[in-house]
Amino acid sequence: MANYSILTLARNALQRHRGWPQAWRSPTLRPSYDAVIIGGGGHGLATAYYLAKLHGMRNIAVLEKGWIGGGNTGRNTTIVRSNYLNPESAAIYDHALNLWEGLSQELNFNVMFSQRGVINLAHDPGEERELRRRIYANQLAGVDAEWVGPTQLSELCPILNLDPNIRYPVMGGTLQRRAGVARHDAVAWGYARGADRHGVHIIQNCEVTGLDIREGRIEGVQTSQGAIRTPKVGVVAAGHSSVLAAMADIRLPLDSHPLQALVSEPVKPVMPTVIMSNKVHAYMSQSDKGELVIGAGIDPYNSYTQRGSLPVIEETIRAIVELFPITSRLKMMRQWAGIVDICPDASPIISATPVKGLYFNCGWGTGGFKATPGSGHVFAHTLAKDAAHPINAPFALERFYSGALVAEHGAAAVAH
Amino acid sequence: MLLLACPWCGPRSEEEFSCGGEGHIVRPLASAEMDDAAWGDYVFMRTNTKGVHYERWCHANGCGRWFNIARSTTTNEILAVYQVGDNKPELPK
Ligand SMILES: Cc1cc2nc3c(=O)[nH]c(=O)nc-3n(C[C@H](O)[C@H](O)[C@H](O)COP(=O)(O)OP(=O)(O)OC[C@H]3O[C@@H](n4cnc5c(N)ncnc54)[C@H](O)[C@@H]3O)c2cc1C
Ligand SMILES: [Zn+2]
Repeated sequence: MANYSILTLARNALQRHRGWPQAWRSPTLRPSYDAVIIGGGGHGLATAYYLAKLHGMRNIAVLEKGWIGGGNTGRNTTIVRSNYLNPESAAIYDHALNLWEGLSQELNFNVMFSQRGVINLAHDPGEERELRRRIYANQLAGVDAEWVGPTQLSELCPILNLDPNIRYPVMGGTLQRRAGVARHDAVAWGYARGADRHGVHIIQNCEVTGLDIREGRIEGVQTSQGAIRTPKVGVVAAGHSSVLAAMADIRLPLDSHPLQALVSEPVKPVMPTVIMSNKVHAYMSQSDKGELVIGAGIDPYNSYTQRGSLPVIEETIRAIVELFPITSRLKMMRQWAGIVDICPDASPIISATPVKGLYFNCGWGTGGFKATPGSGHVFAHTLAKDAAHPINAPFALERFYSGALVAEHGAAAVAH
Repeated sequence: MLLLACPWCGPRSEEEFSCGGEGHIVRPLASAEMDDAAWGDYVFMRTNTKGVHYERWCHANGCGRWFNIARSTTTNEILAVYQVGDNKPELPK
């Protein structure tokens, strides 16, 4: 399998790019594996990668019902940041951010991680106090965070409307300079290629339809391509987590909702950073192709339809047009939704279950892309050692019975 | 966009309503005797059905009253509208 480098690029250019090998294999399913990961999104693929690379588990498979990255991984607006309120959250999101910084080298795959900063706006004194509190909490947790006033904001993002007479005037905001965006597909592909190189089987078009459980222990999974025996299963199925849990008679504290985003026609670079606003519920960045990437909110009711409702988009666009008046005559090119698994405390669940050998990594809701490397890393540890990594210990299912919730509604924010 | 038939006001746009989530979750009566497991299940655990979901809605920007509906979460089709306190309705196959 070819290493990507300037030399291989040059060599392949001379061969008119006909010589590139497949980035990962399409193996046939084995009848048994040492571990099975259900869900070929970024989190599932990262889990498999770290299981194989760091824990030496090579006889493992990732089962994906569609194509890898076709779930929320390939539908998200790619904001990466770690400025959450609680120390437990700062630990996991900052762990991820540290891994993001070396990820392209680690995977030998350009994930286009761009640390262009992320700004969260405040529109009233109450919100300003709330955001300043988060800055102090971040600084105590070792996460970079600073306050930026209107003058600095106009330098950081000249297209932002700082007119004090708009309906929700901008009073300032928080800035995390290490935050930014990455290329979502590349994250799935990079981890898939990396996992494949360590022997992992990536099986697409393979839907898990049942979990075989005997005497409280997982023994295998039923799939659209046949049955597999395995002593260990990690479910990383985002919006479909409750569906898989039901196969094991487990209930999760999750509700699945469509979350929408849209992109404009491509324009010249106008947006040098990422700007988010909780209050008016909108956020925007610009992709390397020039499209303005706009994120909306969730539909207020449960749904698996992967479409999303129009009033939600309208509300977001109203806010975007007021915050960035130059967008008022832009054409929108595409709109879509992903099904996100909303957890009551806006924090993830990375946990063992009452079934031995069956683990869940879910509840990332509207904001799990940023956590992909960290989530995969600690979940691999949990699966390999049958014990939580210290970073994911606070995110076990038990917290819904003990009351030790990790409430992140403020920081999960407009939701990303 | 959903068109919901409020039992009192008739069909109105989704924007007039707020969704109260899964229905038929009965508040436990003997709460003093409940352990943490029972409380956790009651407060947090949900069926989150892929299929027919029985849920509560409030005509918040209208008459302000609550009612239940049965809705498919795979198509969003509304299959039945019924009163709070009624049993889950029989649905046409
Ligand atoms: C519009 C939108 C914008 C977002 N913006 C951001 C953002 O800016 N920043 C951020 O951090 N997060 C964001 N998110 C959230 C983020 O996308 C998710 O939290 C994250 O991608 C979840 O990754 P995953 O690998 O767990 O899930 P997914 O990528 O959804 O992967 C789960 C996979 O499981 C598969 N699966 C399901 N059921 C089965 C089955 N029975 N058998 C086999 N396979 C199955 C699915 O097909 C899917 O591919 C956004 C999400 C959306 C929808
Ligand atoms: Zn009404």
